[in-house]
Amino acid sequence: MTAEEMTIIGKSVNRKDAPEKVRGAAKYTTDYIAPDLLHAKLVTSTYAHAKIKSINTNEAQKVPGVQAIVTAEYCPGIVGVILEDQPMLAKDKVRYHGEPIAVVVANSEYEAKKAAELIQVEYEPLPVVNSPGEAIKPNAPLIHENHGDYRRLKHVFPEPGTNISNHVKIRKGDIGKAWAQCDVIVEDSFSIPQSDHAALEPRNSRCEIKPDGRVIIYTSSQSPFIVRKLISRYFNLDEGKVIVNTPLVGGAFGGKAAVHLEFLVYMASYAVGGRMVKLVNTREEDLIGSPCKIGLEAKVKLGSTKDGIIKAAEITYLVDGGAYSNMGVAITKSIATDCTGPYKIENVFCDAICVYTNHPFTTSFRGFGHMEYTFAIERTIDMLARKLKHDPLELRIKNAIAPGDTSPSLVGLTPSNIGNLKECLNQIKKLINWDGGRKVDMGNGKIRTKGISCFWKTPSTPTDAVSGAVITFNPDGSINLNIGPVELGVGSKTVLAQILAERLKWDINKIHVTMEVNTELNPVHWKTVASMTIYMVGRAVLEAAEDLISQLKSIGSIVLRCSPTDLDVADGKVFLKEDPNQHLDVTEVVYGYKYDNGNSIGGQIMGRGTFIMKHLTTLDHDGGKGVPGPGWTLGAQAVEVEFDAKYCTYNILKAVTVLDAGKVLNPKTAEGVVKGGMSMGLSFATREYFDFDIQGKVLNHNLRTYKIMRFGENPQYIVNFIETPQIDAPYGARAFGEHGIIGMPAALGNSLAAASDTDLNKLPLSPETIWKTRKEAAQ
Amino acid sequence: MFQVLSKSLIELEVNGEIKSIVVRPADTLLFALREQLGLTGTKDACGNGDCAACTVLVDGWPVKSCLMLAVEAVGHKITTIEGLKDIPIQKAFLDKFALQCGYCTPAFIINSHALVTIHPDANDEVIKEWLQSNLCRCTSYEEIKEAVKWVLGQ
Repeated sequence: MTAEEMTIIGKSVNRKDAPEKVRGAAKYTTDYIAPDLLHAKLVTSTYAHAKIKSINTNEAQKVPGVQAIVTAEYCPGIVGVILEDQPMLAKDKVRYHGEPIAVVVANSEYEAKKAAELIQVEYEPLPVVNSPGEAIKPNAPLIHENHGDYRRLKHVFPEPGTNISNHVKIRKGDIGKAWAQCDVIVEDSFSIPQSDHAALEPRNSRCEIKPDGRVIIYTSSQSPFIVRKLISRYFNLDEGKVIVNTPLVGGAFGGKAAVHLEFLVYMASYAVGGRMVKLVNTREEDLIGSPCKIGLEAKVKLGSTKDGIIKAAEITYLVDGGAYSNMGVAITKSIATDCTGPYKIENVFCDAICVYTNHPFTTSFRGFGHMEYTFAIERTIDMLARKLKHDPLELRIKNAIAPGDTSPSLVGLTPSNIGNLKECLNQIKKLINWDGGRKVDMGNGKIRTKGISCFWKTPSTPTDAVSGAVITFNPDGSINLNIGPVELGVGSKTVLAQILAERLKWDINKIHVTMEVNTELNPVHWKTVASMTIYMVGRAVLEAAEDLISQLKSIGSIVLRCSPTDLDVADGKVFLKEDPNQHLDVTEVVYGYKYDNGNSIGGQIMGRGTFIMKHLTTLDHDGGKGVPGPGWTLGAQAVEVEFDAKYCTYNILKAVTVLDAGKVLNPKTAEGVVKGGMSMGLSFATREYFDFDIQGKVLNHNLRTYKIMRFGENPQYIVNFIETPQIDAPYGARAFGEHGIIGMPAALGNSLAAASDTDLNKLPLSPETIWKTRKEAAQ
Repeated sequence: MFQVLSKSLIELEVNGEIKSIVVRPADTLLFALREQLGLTGTKDACGNGDCAACTVLVDGWPVKSCLMLAVEAVGHKITTIEGLKDIPIQKAFLDKFALQCGYCTPAFIINSHALVTIHPDANDEVIKEWLQSNLCRCTSYEEIKEAVKWVLGQ
């Protein structure tokens, strides 16, 4: 089908969830209010690393309204989705500031809070591991003394007797020989801090246990099906008796993929005989108690010929996974498989190492580690360009990855799985007016500079990630699209309805999508992460549509007395291709067709479709060979700043992204998602970080001190898409929900480094940091 | 002077209706609206006045309801998102795709509605001054500005 023939794909269809969102009628998990609901409150650690000597709940028990207090002694085992290293509640010792120690259940929130404040925890402080660099020192305190004994999936590699929770190696080509081919070598170190998702809806869950043993959980989550699996696994419950519900989610960005509060709220409900208990994070708890974004320390060495052909990359990435590994170990693998950025480099030697620190534990965050390592790589590329006296943009074009090349983990690249980076760079050159002056002195102490970066990312999913879709009809011929992904805000439910509408040639307004997820009723969707919803669920929806069409044609062929191949389906009708006037309205067949004499045939028409990842492999441990994902999405980004040379303050004037989207399914939502990612990337790069004191405590755990970009601080955003179809994706559409964020800190860093003539290798790029770095470099 | 020393019955005027509720002196207006009146369109996202997701109108002016006690609202006209129906700014947020997850949206709409009502000639500086109180983590803010400017241009 050509673009001209497509009626609904490529149109900015209004979001199906928008009308109730603008009226305040949209319901999120925490919007359930009921008089018999009990409320839970956490007691959290005030130390980053300490032995728990005692927990005294005597005074707390006396608070009127208190129903139960749960501590680690009531908890089964330790949990983890890849590596089992985390107690549900801290036992014997705490490993990060903010770690839950006890849960109080009371009739009201304020009574629970009052009791929680009266619980006395006696600590014995332990030495703190306050950075990834400290974690790998020979005599570093061990955060997990016995982590070699933890149960784990077979493709993670903790190193017993150290703080290392995973070690991934990429060995491509022959790095030893490669350096001999290099005329120019650059090498530097980079540091990217931990930070938080800070979704506007704090994480929250509630749970009740029914008299028949069914466990009903409501949770603000990206992974209701994983919640079902882990609650069942760790509390020894039948998986079919655990029912997880997720309504609309108020922002997630990866932070709601982890299962955490769900364990605590289940235990809270269990402790009060199964009554419904609600647990809502305060903002302070949400910032540090619940999982945050990884930090990264990187060492990058690049070598090129004098003509600017990059021949070798030797890289060490130290991932600050915090106190518990959660997704940190998987992010480490994902960083390793894409470790060079989107460049053709024949010789790569990369060690990606996830370490425990006494920092908040980490989970996925938009970009899955790519934003962090991209800052290191892209800053180094700019340093290489400077040393070579090459134009940084031309150097990138010269080395841009392309079909025929291989990825660091030796995946062969094709036009379908890689897209067109050179075209992205050519377009961004015009959009940022690259040739119109990369550094312009405005004459008033201000300098305008432009910085550029490239990015790529492939999803790092389990090799068996799966999705399903079920389509049913209503008697009026409208369609119910029943699917399992969560609506996090990116509008994927609307886009999935568009995919179905396009295939069935149906009115989009007659397609109803299940907005809430219920694991008992909806077909599975692995998790709503990795920008994979449209790719995976879209494929399942298309398969379900084929199934539906074949059933409509089958019954149509009987009634219309023809072969099914004579028929087509569109606009609510099954009709003869050569004479559309000979048709059946779907309303006549959706629940079976009835002849005039009462005889009936058929039955309910239901389409079913599924999708499972194909040809993915885990990485081989020695050389890092393997297929991490079905395809890459890549692009280029640019940032223009106006820099005050004296005070090192700056304004971001313009930020541009050109991304190979494969096919843009809904232009307005696509642009919004990319701009949102860019905004989050600039917010992170300019101001976001956890401010740890020397004891590993987070000093800025509220939104007054943990700053986020505000209205009016944003630059002008420009987003452009090119379309190189990914053949196996729905209508060719590549994944790009996360990607807008990836190259933003790097492009800003390159712009400010050019403006300040200083190597800026640390985030965030505050004026103080720039000033200090420049001053130190001058000495 | 109106005094509340213990759990008391008070009357609030919310969205044009008089509501009787029992509150503690320490209950915030946000708590009363959500937990007592079930008006959950007003969101709690920081409880500290930093994010403004709980913004409501008090006598037509935007106020962070987490920083106001329920008893302080007695005698004032409260408008929550549930009290705004099919006004131009709601249409603008829809048409300009000025929302994603929607959690900050009710408060942005409340604040923007007050802005365009009180300052129908607002320039960029005034818009910025008004809306920088509210945090949005999904959009780039550009879409929200576009929605506000569209209403101002009507």
